[in-house]
Amino acid sequence: MKKVLKLTVNGQPYELYIKSKTLLIEVLRDHLQLTGAKRGCETGSCGACTVILDGMAVKSCSILALQADGGEVTTVEGLADGNELHPLQKAFLDHGAVQCGFCTSGMLMSSKALLDENPNPDKQQIKEGIDGHICRCTGYNSIVRALTDVVKGEYKEAK
Amino acid sequence: MIRDFEHFAPKTLDEALTLLDKYRDECKVIAGGQSLIILMRQGLVAPKFVIDIKRISELNHISAGKDGVNIGAVTTHRAIEKSPVMKNGLGVLAEMEKRLSYIQTRNWGTIGGNLCNANPAGDPAPVLMALNASVKMASVRGKRTMAVEDFFLDFYKTALEPGELLTEIQIPPVPPHTGTVYNKFGIIEGHAAIVGVAVSITLKSDGDVCNDVRIALGGSAPTPMRAKQAEEVLIGKKVTNTLLKKAGETAMAEAKPLSDISASDEYRRELVRVMVARTGNEAFARAKQA
Repeated sequence: MKKVLKLTVNGQPYELYIKSKTLLIEVLRDHLQLTGAKRGCETGSCGACTVILDGMAVKSCSILALQADGGEVTTVEGLADGNELHPLQKAFLDHGAVQCGFCTSGMLMSSKALLDENPNPDKQQIKEGIDGHICRCTGYNSIVRALTDVVKGEYKEAK
Repeated sequence: MIRDFEHFAPKTLDEALTLLDKYRDECKVIAGGQSLIILMRQGLVAPKFVIDIKRISELNHISAGKDGVNIGAVTTHRAIEKSPVMKNGLGVLAEMEKRLSYIQTRNWGTIGGNLCNANPAGDPAPVLMALNASVKMASVRGKRTMAVEDFFLDFYKTALEPGELLTEIQIPPVPPHTGTVYNKFGIIEGHAAIVGVAVSITLKSDGDVCNDVRIALGGSAPTPMRAKQAEEVLIGKKVTNTLLKKAGETAMAEAKPLSDISASDEYRRELVRVMVARTGNEAFARAKQA
């Protein structure tokens, strides 16, 4: 049985007809073709599917899309401002914080949620902020370095 | 693959209870769904109807009064972790929440959902048992309250009847000179505990004598459990390292852990022995300062 889902994704409002069992990640990837958020473990353990829902980092593989009805979602596709990358994206590039890239979308979204909540995290808080993610290339140090430089103000806010 | 179902999102508790009464065994309640959705994807649970209580605002609250602290069933772990109410002896709840799973899961998952899932290694249950908390339940037939320690009947099984919903967690005021500590042991930070131990010690006002103690274990039996014989070792006695070690040995004998992929029952017993003594020591130190 299909139901109506109203969702704003990266500032764009959508109205979709979906099955009740549809997960948020399925709406993003399969219905809206926003394939930045990844299907990883699909058991809520790896963090690759992380998006921001109403200001909070959540695992889109573990949320029914209908539970997000009326909500605002930001995915990694919504980070850049036109052609101008978000400071976190620039820092990740400069620090080589992207290896295979599979965890990157999720890492970026948790990093954004962390900085939105606490613009001046210390190193421990940065580590806690991304501890819900597994990087299979084990590139954690460069990710923490990238975040540290953003916190230091070495990357200006886009626009 | 998740089997499709019909999704209801009632706005009020009354609407939810009416739906629950109508569908009973054919439905499942979803709050944050951080455990349920995984079980549904694995095909272990395949309800025809899902009653979604996540947005029922009357179930989402943290309130403090002279009777203690009440937490609505759909309050998220993160809200508890961040709540200014978690002080005056309840700091242990925030400490527990901060180590429960990951931020993303805590942002969406709820305390009521965690309890109703009844994973024997869940973090909130031992802490709530140590704090002598109760759960409030409601159905179209009425309301009832029971101690958290009576809520768990068996492996992933609670005292909730068909048609009944957990609505609130009630934590009584913490007595003076009380210290409560929760420790969990696991291989990976954020994963479920292999063993979790909560100890709440209340000292007599004039010294190191244990007036009351509650010791609760997670991952140590098919349900979260209280180690009552270990508590008896301490009650009325001067708290010492030797006595705490004896309490640990007694708790080890009381525990009935299961073996699974994370650890054998023997290994878990050994953890209970060590962790009860260690957690007791930390709770004792905290009680002396309270």
